[in-house]
Amino acid sequence: MAYSIASLIAGLVFGFGLILSGMANPEKVLGFLDLAGQWDPSLALVMAGAIVIGVFAFQWAGKRPMTFFGREFSIPNKTSIDKRLVVGSLMFGAGWGIAGFCPGPAMVALGAGEQKAFVFVLAMVAGMMIFEVAEKLRAPA
Amino acid sequence: MMDIAWAQFTPWTALAGGALIGAAAAILLLFNGRIAGISGILGSLLTTRGSDLPWRIAFISGLLLAPLLWLLAAERPAIEINAGYPALISAGLLVGIGTRYGSGCTSGHGVCGLSRFSMRSLVATLSFMGAGFVTVYIIRHLIGGA
Repeated sequence: MAYSIASLIAGLVFGFGLILSGMANPEKVLGFLDLAGQWDPSLALVMAGAIVIGVFAFQWAGKRPMTFFGREFSIPNKTSIDKRLVVGSLMFGAGWGIAGFCPGPAMVALGAGEQKAFVFVLAMVAGMMIFEVAEKLRAPA
Repeated sequence: MMDIAWAQFTPWTALAGGALIGAAAAILLLFNGRIAGISGILGSLLTTRGSDLPWRIAFISGLLLAPLLWLLAAERPAIEINAGYPALISAGLLVGIGTRYGSGCTSGHGVCGLSRFSMRSLVATLSFMGAGFVTVYIIRHLIGGA
């Protein structure tokens, strides 16, 4: 239960951060991605603000054997830089550039009742399902 | 050389909002030991069963509820979506497939990965940022001509 409450709070705070920063607004995101137009550098500062806090958090976590709840840390240990990583990220970036939505802001805009965000999230979840099916077909049965 | 949109530039809310995003990632990490990677949390809802399911649902619920709680204390946030439906659907498919193949999005690679100095996440972040810049250039300046 405590585990889910911490997670709910993290989701809420994350959502507030996306709203306050302007990330939840696709038009602002596209203003950042449009280097050749009237460029809005704001989102670089969103990343900077998040990473400054993030660095402290990961340093702190690195010094602890367990979390505050006495759980083990589950941190990705993959280091390989492969085709999947790069091609997947390029696809994601292309989609991000088309609509101005990445997954978090799309969920926030959906929560705000935006119909277009609902359509985007449906397509995104469909894309995630396509990935799962493709992975199943790839894996030896 | 660069044309900065000073009227749209919002450095303080960007930094403060970013700090909140970092704080959220810190909560999930320091209490639950998990990475706040939204595409991963959402995507694995499709296959996860058992004890790993509730915290994922709780996190996504937080994201969905945030704008509703926000409205209790502040004015309606600006959410301007100019893409049409065909664009939204193709973008959604690309984001869904791409983030799962690339094992992360702006939050998992961009915020958490860079915060722990992961080379893998740096490569992913440069890839999706680069693709985002190029895509917007093509749409706005080569096709759109605006």
